[in-house]
Amino acid sequence: MGVRTSLVRTPTARSRGEAAIRAALFLAAILSVVTTILIVFSLVRETISFFGDVPIADYLFGTKWTPLLAADQQSFGVIPIVYGTLYLTGIGLLVAVPLGLLCAIYLAEYARPRVRRVIKPILETLAGVPTIVFAYFALTFFTPEVVRGLGIQVNQFNALSAGIILGLLVLPTIASVAEDAMSAVPESLREGAFGLGASKLQVSLRIVFPAALSGIVAALILGASRAVGETVVIILIAGGQTANLGIDPRESYQSMAAFIAATSRGDIPTGSIKYETIFVVGFTLFAITLLLNAMSIRLVRRYRQVYE
Amino acid sequence: MTGAQIAASARAQRSVLPEASGRDRFYSTLFRLAMYGALGLAFLGLGAILYDVAVSGAPRLSVDFLTKFPSRIIPANSGVQSALLGTLYLMLICAVLVVPLGIATAIYLEEYADRDRWYNRLVEVNIQNLAAVPSVVYGILGLAFVVRGPIGLGNVLLAGGITLSLLVLPVVIIVAREAIRAVPPSIREGSLALGATQWQTIWKQVLPGSIAGIATGIILALSRAIGETAPLLVIGAAASPRFNPDGLLADFTALPIQIFVWTQDPNREFVELAAAAILVLMIVLLLMNSVAIVLRNRYEQKW
Repeated sequence: MGVRTSLVRTPTARSRGEAAIRAALFLAAILSVVTTILIVFSLVRETISFFGDVPIADYLFGTKWTPLLAADQQSFGVIPIVYGTLYLTGIGLLVAVPLGLLCAIYLAEYARPRVRRVIKPILETLAGVPTIVFAYFALTFFTPEVVRGLGIQVNQFNALSAGIILGLLVLPTIASVAEDAMSAVPESLREGAFGLGASKLQVSLRIVFPAALSGIVAALILGASRAVGETVVIILIAGGQTANLGIDPRESYQSMAAFIAATSRGDIPTGSIKYETIFVVGFTLFAITLLLNAMSIRLVRRYRQVYE
Repeated sequence: MTGAQIAASARAQRSVLPEASGRDRFYSTLFRLAMYGALGLAFLGLGAILYDVAVSGAPRLSVDFLTKFPSRIIPANSGVQSALLGTLYLMLICAVLVVPLGIATAIYLEEYADRDRWYNRLVEVNIQNLAAVPSVVYGILGLAFVVRGPIGLGNVLLAGGITLSLLVLPVVIIVAREAIRAVPPSIREGSLALGATQWQTIWKQVLPGSIAGIATGIILALSRAIGETAPLLVIGAAASPRFNPDGLLADFTALPIQIFVWTQDPNREFVELAAAAILVLMIVLLLMNSVAIVLRNRYEQKW
């Protein structure tokens, strides 16, 4: 003893450099957590002072949303804009889910590899088209030419156009992610089913589709959360200033995200009730998307089939 | 039986399986038609969007349109110089902020983080969640912390850049992680076995091997950033300014905001300008996508 105290090397300049790099990288990683904390903090702070002025029950259960009116006519019931958000998202999904899943099944099961290699990148590129482009199209062409052209009498701002356009907007995302999930189902499952005499249709719908279900559901939730958070399409096409609790798709509706962006244009005085309203609605929206995301993560974990 | 006869009978009886019934065949055909219909409808809708924009925008597109400032009164004298420059500056700020932070986080999570530690799992889950937060919420964050509040920059170019950077950072991290994960462990083991330190291994082997994927992810994230309207609306980007931002702390606008303003204009001619501005934005995005494809094809490593 005394000659060699330890087999482990003592820290050298080199290993101290390594540790410093590791610490720096860790700090970068922590920044994302800081971002979340800042988001939550900013939302919660204004939300608390909002609830100092408006009772929580009035906000959560109130059915009248008129925060932008003069003080004596203001009411802060959030239900109409939550309803509007879900209503518009619902129309969007009604369009995007059947179309998107049919496209995904075609690409994963029926299309020749060459066709797939062309269509898949196009879908992915379309998923990246800025949403303002969709809004422009709906305003200048879809509402006046297509919807009214079909003889449907809609207001200039209406949920029908907005919902269908939302559907088109999330369709590439749903198709592309669902296709990934179905392509990941191992070939042996298909071969086994074909060997038992199943037709292509049976293999696609009864073998591949259920096997890929967790991924498909995740794709749908991803699409839904994009639609829930969409802003400019709603402002420009659906967004009446008054929140609507009806069921007529020809009328105008207001969503949470659209309310935030339409209200906050950089000139609201800090601390005013209008300013606090943006944050409380933002908090509600944040909570809903977080819930959707948590659901998606759970579903994927729970139903994921592990092959080999 | 001769061989030819055997072959003929085998050919006649192509399958040992029973023929599909009429009903099965009916449903198969129906399903095929439904799929073609869905694909057709999807591409018709999405194609109509691009066609509509191209047809109404192209006649308005000219060098003048790129170099003039937006006019509030005369559509013919309007252009997108301030918006285009604003968008390019925003992209630059995002790149400067997001590239080091995104890559560093991805390296930490892939190469250093011990998955069993709660704080590392927290970072992972947190990034997943951040990627799902609607862009308008990032606008609120920007408004509360960068425009007003502790940083208090005002609604200036740098505030817009920071807000968009926070928005796309999770995307960069997720894509960069995938690229780093695609580098096979044997490369790392080889490098470590030759006496390289962990950082030398990352710097000299892992990063060069994953740079194509990382660069593609960064370009896709930047193209998402410059297409965003909502966060910039919330933090209060200027509408139709007749000046360029002359520094990080100057008022600014961006193409999506200009498009938004013009689309809402009651004057039909301004609405056509919106289409032309969309074309400019789409051309910028297309150029970025092409760069991404070239990078991927040129530098992608096959292991």
